[in-house]
Amino acid sequence: MKKDKKLLKNGKRIDGRGIGDLREMEAEAGVLERADGSGYFRMGDTEAIAAVFGPRELHPKHKQKPQRGILQCRYNLAPFSVEDRKRPGPSRRAKEIGKVAEGALSSTVFLEEFPTATIDVYMEVITADAGTRCVALNAGAIALADAGIPMKGIISACAAGKIEDTPVLDLKGEEDQGGQVDLPIAMNADTGEVTLLQMDGMTNIEEMDEMLELAIKGCEKVAKKQREALMKTF
Amino acid sequence: MVKNMDEKLVEDKAKVLPGDVIAEGDYLSGQGTYKEDEKIKSKFLGVARTEKSRIRVIPLCGGYIPQEGDKVIGRISGIGPSHWWVELDSPYDGYLSISEGSDEFIDLDNTELSEVYDIGNMIYTEVIKVTKEKDVKLSMQDRICKKLSGGRIVRINPSKVPRLIGKGGSMVEMIKDKTGSRITIGQNGIVWVSGGDEDLAVGAVKTVDEKGHEKGLTEKVEKMLKESR
Repeated sequence: MKKDKKLLKNGKRIDGRGIGDLREMEAEAGVLERADGSGYFRMGDTEAIAAVFGPRELHPKHKQKPQRGILQCRYNLAPFSVEDRKRPGPSRRAKEIGKVAEGALSSTVFLEEFPTATIDVYMEVITADAGTRCVALNAGAIALADAGIPMKGIISACAAGKIEDTPVLDLKGEEDQGGQVDLPIAMNADTGEVTLLQMDGMTNIEEMDEMLELAIKGCEKVAKKQREALMKTF
Repeated sequence: MVKNMDEKLVEDKAKVLPGDVIAEGDYLSGQGTYKEDEKIKSKFLGVARTEKSRIRVIPLCGGYIPQEGDKVIGRISGIGPSHWWVELDSPYDGYLSISEGSDEFIDLDNTELSEVYDIGNMIYTEVIKVTKEKDVKLSMQDRICKKLSGGRIVRINPSKVPRLIGKGGSMVEMIKDKTGSRITIGQNGIVWVSGGDEDLAVGAVKTVDEKGHEKGLTEKVEKMLKESR
């Protein structure tokens, strides 16, 4: 990273966005034929496809819960999604993101309606340019609704961050690498329940509040896009 | 009760998403909805319906979960010492005991259960009990329950089953009438077609599955059946 490259110039970012602007978004439901439900989401140069299978019988049997179902998530960066080819297979990072995505999505699903069963969500990032977990979650939420899974609401995710001491919304690749903070959140935009909140970097409480506010507004915009996509199906 | 608090926010037959508020206040929460802070919200991507003061959401997609009283088509997948296991295209297999499986006495010393229903056989059966843990009990006692031999099996989305049956059975009766086939529909989305012009009948069933959400479907299918004659 060159030091002289400015990420912010009179309130404009390297791709011309303002501080509180999201990248261009695209969303679609029902993109895969063989899955029970599927979704596609794009934010700028980050794209993800998600497939949902189930509710279906859960194996191995010792994982089954007699009172409720479980939700299992897989997050994967495709080998061709990043600049240098990524070694295929689950890495520590991918497993961890799958785990937190499970928590983010399962809190809205009525899992008690499917004792012993599982709902599987497979999220594949096909192009990565920062904010992959958010885009993957957005696609995953569309796929869950498309699969006809009973839910309390639809989860929307988006990241805020800090670059050059300024809180901004939805970091792109260069901003993520050259920035100071990355703060992805996922939430039910209708009720305001936050189901995922992670952060890396250093900040203080005031900036944290500002970033959260930005991210929550971003999630509301994402939710609108997801709604559009789902309304177009059927 | 405070009457002016009640408000229906979505009109009848409108499309809703999970979490959408359909009504507030003095309404009853029916199938496919849940109540939170006096608001009735949708659980599914579906169509909102109001009957008197009860609000329901009919899902547009989704798998099959067995319910008591459903007539379903299943495949025998396993045989135990005195029961059969039946696959129902759902996360839960059905349990068919020997006493529910046959009207006649089966002498276990001299008969194999596979002589009655063998693995791979398709049966039209009734769900008589579903426990909280989703143990599903089946029965063949009802007179219309039977072993399905010959014919063809078509799988459609379970949410399209009401469409395929139509109002008072209008859709399926029309397909039967035009093709001369016998058609049996399971609530779990498995359809058995036998006799007559099977190709045409299967085509019609698949059309209903694909275009189930469109308006004037019965006319469309009728036209399709007429043209292919």
